[in-house]
Amino acid sequence: MTATAENTPGAEPGGRRDRRKDHSPRKSDRAKAEVRLGWMLAGPAFVVMLAVTAYPIAQAVFDSLWSYRLTAPDERSFIFLDNYLLLFTDPMFWRIFGVTLLITIVTVAVELVLGFGLAIVMHKALKSLRGLLRTSILVPYGIITVVSAFAWYYMFHINSGFVNNWFSWVPGIDSELDWFANFGTAISVIMASEIWKTTPFIALLLLAGLAQVPDELVEAARVDGATRWQQYSRVIIPNMKAAIMVALLFRALDAFRVFDNVFIMTGGDANTEVLALLAYRQSISRLEIGLGSAVSVVLFIAVLLMVFIAIKLFNVDLAAGTDASGGGNKKTGAKKGGGK
Amino acid sequence: MASAKGLTGRQKLGWTVVTVLVLLYALFPVAAIFANSFKTQADLGNPAFWPSNWTWENYEMIFVGSAQELFLTALRNSIGITLIATFIAVVLATLCAYAIARMDFPGKKFILGTALAVSIFPVISVVTPLFNLWRTIGLYDTWPGLIIPYLSLTLPISIWTLAAFFRQIPWELEQAAQVDGATQWQAFRKAIVPLAAPGVFTTAIIAFFIAWNDFVYGISLTSTEAARPVPAALAFFTGASQFEEPTGAISAAAIVVTIPVVVLVLLFQRQIVSGLTQGAVKG
Repeated sequence: MTATAENTPGAEPGGRRDRRKDHSPRKSDRAKAEVRLGWMLAGPAFVVMLAVTAYPIAQAVFDSLWSYRLTAPDERSFIFLDNYLLLFTDPMFWRIFGVTLLITIVTVAVELVLGFGLAIVMHKALKSLRGLLRTSILVPYGIITVVSAFAWYYMFHINSGFVNNWFSWVPGIDSELDWFANFGTAISVIMASEIWKTTPFIALLLLAGLAQVPDELVEAARVDGATRWQQYSRVIIPNMKAAIMVALLFRALDAFRVFDNVFIMTGGDANTEVLALLAYRQSISRLEIGLGSAVSVVLFIAVLLMVFIAIKLFNVDLAAGTDASGGGNKKTGAKKGGGK
Repeated sequence: MASAKGLTGRQKLGWTVVTVLVLLYALFPVAAIFANSFKTQADLGNPAFWPSNWTWENYEMIFVGSAQELFLTALRNSIGITLIATFIAVVLATLCAYAIARMDFPGKKFILGTALAVSIFPVISVVTPLFNLWRTIGLYDTWPGLIIPYLSLTLPISIWTLAAFFRQIPWELEQAAQVDGATQWQAFRKAIVPLAAPGVFTTAIIAFFIAWNDFVYGISLTSTEAARPVPAALAFFTGASQFEEPTGAISAAAIVVTIPVVVLVLLFQRQIVSGLTQGAVKG
């Protein structure tokens, strides 16, 4: 706050206007009205958001401390952390956790590379091609994940799929290969569907980042004799680091919640079960509200942890998303540099 | 930078190859399920890509045949629930994002932070308590029982998209209107709404996609056709006999629910992309 106040008069020639504003006698009235109006406008959305998440998660934390089965509500008993203990001592839980992590890491890594490629293609394309490219890219973005899951499932299906037939020349693939019976093959198809569906999202976020890199910078680098690779690695990518980190974090959090593709393709068979599916099966299928809530809370904490790591370790400024102007990023950078 | 005339033959070839690759990437899985939806039951066991003879029988099954009950009610549920959830989210988010982008009041950062926290919230984490609560208060397996949790999906992204969008609007216009004697509300309505409308509209499309896509809430908080949306209903399709896989019917239903997505994308491709990249009022 103080830093901003110190900087403003020097940095802005509009200091005169600011001073007038500060000393204006009408300021406090207007400021009060602004606070009231601000909360009137923003309040409803805020309350709704809290009601649909904060309350349920608090309830989940509470429920997770009980041995509570809906089919036997009278036998409900307080067991404190036993549900968590049960989870953390079960090797199955760790396997499921590992599978979820594997899906997250592999899909996000592949999507980042693929998405960057698509973003460059969309960014560089001529006007005449741009519409076509963007329209086609948006199809997987908008399609229902369950539809994507079925599309990929049927492609690889042992009876109705054509993949075994088309790729029978590849060693290991023949008409007898059941992709969904083995972990390696099943998880690959699940990840393929996940990647296909969500890469456009990353590509669009990266496209936004690319669009914010000033053309003059790239042009200057080019004039100075930078190769195309150097233009990307030295000028473009460093200038869109904020967009890359935000895309990465958002997709990682999203991938960690993977549910639809696994549910449709294997239902968790062939060791492909993931955390969200485990929570679903405990709560909804088995009506074990206590244990299901514990899994839900663990998933929630894992997501929080990922955000915390991203912010602390990689300085991801999630708020950069609302500060879309190029100046915004520079300002944050300067503030950080000055503060430390 | 380069214009179409300035392209060399090699560049033209390069762009053709790139375009074909992107098209293949984006449309191949859709084409595959599209082909499936026109296959006969016998054809579905045949590992060819296209049907050997095209048939409408899968579409007949979901629209007038045995799967009609399951599919049509689910389609009605999906459309109704998604549109209502999108509408509520966009109205609330527009007001909220305007306040955040434009006004100075304590708690602003906290609201944005809350929106962010809600958007990274694992849906499955709130499903268990909602499942339990909805059963108690009678919202289980009803439209409001899905519309309310859908707001947790649609509201945060709407607030963030719109706040980002609103920050790019040249607000001097509003100040100019206020200098000319308009109140803040009038200035908002006359000077800003026309500029903000494309952003609001784009946000609505994105929110629609997200609600339309939901599966976790749909499958967890419904148990009958009263409120079950299409993605959840697809998981309940059964074949004509217990030995028959419902592949054809599912494929046909999948194509039907993909049509709105494709139509929106075809019509509003530019708005969706520009909404996500630079806002509609780039100078």
